[in-house]
Amino acid sequence: MPFEWILALRFLREGRMQTALIMAGTTVGVAVIIFITALMNGLQASLATRTLSTQAHVSVRAPDDAPTPVLERAGATSVVAHIEPRVQRLRSIDQWQRVTRELVALPHVVDVSPITTGSGFAFRGNASKSIALMGVIPERYDRIVKVSDKLTAGQFRVGPGEAVIGIELARDLGAAVGDRIRILSSENRDDVFRLTGLFDLGVKDLNRRWVIMPLRSAQSLLDLSGGVTHIDLTVDDIFAAEDVATRIVSQTGLTAESWMAINTQLLTAFKNQNMTTRTVRVFMLLIVALGIASVLVVSVVQKQREIGILRAMGASPRRIMRVFLIQGGIVGGSGALLGSGLATLMVYGASFALLQDDGSALISGRIEASYYLTAAAVAVLTGLLAAVAPARRAAKMDPVEAIRYG
Amino acid sequence: MADILRLEAVRKSYNVGMPIETEVLHGIDLALRAGEFAALIGPSGSGKSTLLHLIGLLERPTAGRILIAGREIDALDEAGMTELRGRTLGFVFQFHHLLPEFTALENVMMPALIDQGRATRAMRERARGLLAKVGLADALDKKPSALSGGMQQRVAIARALAMNPPLVLADEPTGNLDSHTADDIFALLREFNRAEGSAFLIVTHDARLAAGCDRRIELMDGQLLAATV
Repeated sequence: MPFEWILALRFLREGRMQTALIMAGTTVGVAVIIFITALMNGLQASLATRTLSTQAHVSVRAPDDAPTPVLERAGATSVVAHIEPRVQRLRSIDQWQRVTRELVALPHVVDVSPITTGSGFAFRGNASKSIALMGVIPERYDRIVKVSDKLTAGQFRVGPGEAVIGIELARDLGAAVGDRIRILSSENRDDVFRLTGLFDLGVKDLNRRWVIMPLRSAQSLLDLSGGVTHIDLTVDDIFAAEDVATRIVSQTGLTAESWMAINTQLLTAFKNQNMTTRTVRVFMLLIVALGIASVLVVSVVQKQREIGILRAMGASPRRIMRVFLIQGGIVGGSGALLGSGLATLMVYGASFALLQDDGSALISGRIEASYYLTAAAVAVLTGLLAAVAPARRAAKMDPVEAIRYG
Repeated sequence: MADILRLEAVRKSYNVGMPIETEVLHGIDLALRAGEFAALIGPSGSGKSTLLHLIGLLERPTAGRILIAGREIDALDEAGMTELRGRTLGFVFQFHHLLPEFTALENVMMPALIDQGRATRAMRERARGLLAKVGLADALDKKPSALSGGMQQRVAIARALAMNPPLVLADEPTGNLDSHTADDIFALLREFNRAEGSAFLIVTHDARLAAGCDRRIELMDGQLLAATV
């Protein structure tokens, strides 16, 4: 083992109390950093999953109609114009079968479901309610919004002439599974559906408005034969949704909105949380660094005489400096190791202690390997940086002073 | 025999360029032959320690030349001085200055460890042999705190000789020891002088010890007394 390492290790070993304290401090610091990161990520993932249980990660639709300018601007003539925005009508996505195949091939995309949606009314007896027609391919749509998991009665089966509605709408219409309701679309076409199931998506508005029916039925009711208005899709990494949406826009020319663009307030909350987490992390690191630095400074002062004699015996200032830098690195590194262990226990404990309403764990008991590696690298670096000032001080120590006042 | 140490018109001032500038050494000329066993004596404040620090390459002179083992120290940078110090000089201090974290054996190995960067079997054998010669064959693995003052000084002497240096500098090596132990330590220095051929320059207050040296160099008010050079 090199001279500098022998000295650094022995100094740490023999400085028992100091070493134990600073290691404990570093350990707790690293553990808190890892734990808070795991906790925040767990929280966000849980929140996002809940929000996204009734939404697609990315929703693709035909681009909006834009007004066509009727006045040519010629030469130096200025034109004062008020351009009325176009009224948006239901439009189907051009060649949606081809687009669907294209979307499936994109990276990150997991499931794709074409949908035809529009507005209308539901009638039963003399009750009428405003509703949203959701024409879907059931087995595909079930992979985007897990309707079959959210049924309170019946089953998720929408064959021709069958529909599934929310519990609120069922109550408003006084309908139950097996009953028939009449749907009138905004295009003034109507049809009768037999209810095969009732769902509770956890959002009252959706429970009151959605009528899920076969794609073909919605197409004919909305006068869009063979067309779809939306293509919903899910991605493997929910935070990649925005990138996927951007890519879809540039590749297909269609409009694509990610859940992030739709739920901006949620995203803002996430960003604020992330900033809070970062702030906590930075201050934890600062405290760890100050702790290491202060212990090493004390150690340098205590070892003044020994540094002097080492210099007299031929150790260069540079090597003395290295001895103290290594100590900082060792404290940081072992703190990272012990802290990772502690964080693992904390996260494991929290996976039992912190439960959501439905009894599932708020955070998973596992920590990604990257957290450990990052924490270890940052802790070693922090240790080294914290040791710079004490190490320089040790290197500058005048051997004559050190020896004279033995 | 060749000179191991040569000083020519060496001066040393402190606080150079300031109103309180004080010259401690006023032109020292001195030569020490290889293998010589000399005492440096003089009253407190005469500049003995300063002279020893200059010779020990711990400080640079304000003026004059110093040659150690034929090498002009003026031509050396900090790294060169550090290396020359490690290889040609051994130090014994009044306060032993052992490293309390290390055992006696490790302390004696330290100069060689600094020189070569890592521990070798040869280093360990040399250190073991030296400790046996100072009568501490049984205390190899003891920490300094477990040794008496005299034993600590013996370890320090063994350490000073670890690199087989041509010149050993000792600053009051018996200063805080009782007279019986002091005699033992002095005898040990003489023994190493004979056996290893290292030259010794010993700063001491003790007239009895000085009398036992081959040569007495007396410093008074920053100048060497002519009769003793």
